[in-house]
Amino acid sequence: MIYIQLFWSFFQIGLLSFGGGYAALPLIQEQIVEKNGWLSMTEFADVITISQMTPGPIAINAASFVGIQLGGMFGAVVATVGCITPSILIALTLAHLYYKYRKLTFMQGILQGLRPAVLAMIASAGISLAMLAFWGGNQISFDLGSIDLIAVFLFCAGFFALRKWKLNPILIMVGTGVIGGCMYLFTS
Amino acid sequence: MKFYVRLFLATFTLSAFTFGGGYVIVPLMRKQFVEKLKWIEEEEMLDLTAIAQSTPGAIAVNASVLIGYRVAGIKGAIVTVVGTVLPPLIILSVISVGYTAFRDNRIVQVVLKAMQAGVAAVILDVVYGMVKDILWERKKLMLLILMTAFLAVFFFKVNVIYLILVSGLLGFVSSLKRDREDDAS
Repeated sequence: MIYIQLFWSFFQIGLLSFGGGYAALPLIQEQIVEKNGWLSMTEFADVITISQMTPGPIAINAASFVGIQLGGMFGAVVATVGCITPSILIALTLAHLYYKYRKLTFMQGILQGLRPAVLAMIASAGISLAMLAFWGGNQISFDLGSIDLIAVFLFCAGFFALRKWKLNPILIMVGTGVIGGCMYLFTS
Repeated sequence: MKFYVRLFLATFTLSAFTFGGGYVIVPLMRKQFVEKLKWIEEEEMLDLTAIAQSTPGAIAVNASVLIGYRVAGIKGAIVTVVGTVLPPLIILSVISVGYTAFRDNRIVQVVLKAMQAGVAAVILDVVYGMVKDILWERKKLMLLILMTAFLAVFFFKVNVIYLILVSGLLGFVSSLKRDREDDAS
């Protein structure tokens, strides 16, 4: 029964991938390519490429893609539901505990330690992304010749608009996509 | 009913326009639910982010479950999860039909390239605001964790699970110490 297999495979992916995003990749590869042979390695690489170009978490994208290939629209839904079921159960349990024990000092202590750590992770991701936009890689090269000036302009304009006018972030993203897209098209 | 529609639309549009996974969507959720809709408080949102981070699975899904649960209980969590999952489900289903054409399209490529810079600006704007808050609080331990955690993640690529465990433990120990000092005085 393909639907049960799909559900179970993606349930395991959802349950075991800690840290989100790229942490899920090896698990998806193991379940989809190696264990079940649902996709070839090339097709798997394509799924990653598509995931990077489309919105949404990689695991959910993989679930939709594999699901629809194996079992049509229903397959996509089953695989996606399998993938998010562990998240929902565990997140709801933790949320319940959080709201029950939040007023306790030890819980507040733990959270006070966690807050700056989470902020550091977000900062790190933000800077990596800026570097990817500026230099096309994760290395700071300080090589001003290879810097992408269009990307630097878009970044500065976006940052300024957010700070100064508090514009909607989605507007900023769509705006940089359209304006920057035209700039890239006309300069290349 | 109108509330659930708003909740659904908020998560649906966030998910539909967010490229690049959990670290990108969480700051956007914060902007939407804390700053714009004012349904969740600033500190609470950071706590929920920490919980989303320590739950297995996609961070965006975890965060949306927590936000939905916070504003409207189990029903709210179902609404926000469906809102978060639907855009990738629909988009991937459409793309899986003709994905090679999409991948090789020049216009698609340049628009996505340009959006990277915009997304980076959005994330770093949020970071800027939150770092300013921590500087304001003048708590040495929080500053120390912030800087060490940044070095560990950014330069040494330390697994985030260890960071979560160690920084949680540090916070726990410091709260015990504070309790004892309170008892002594």
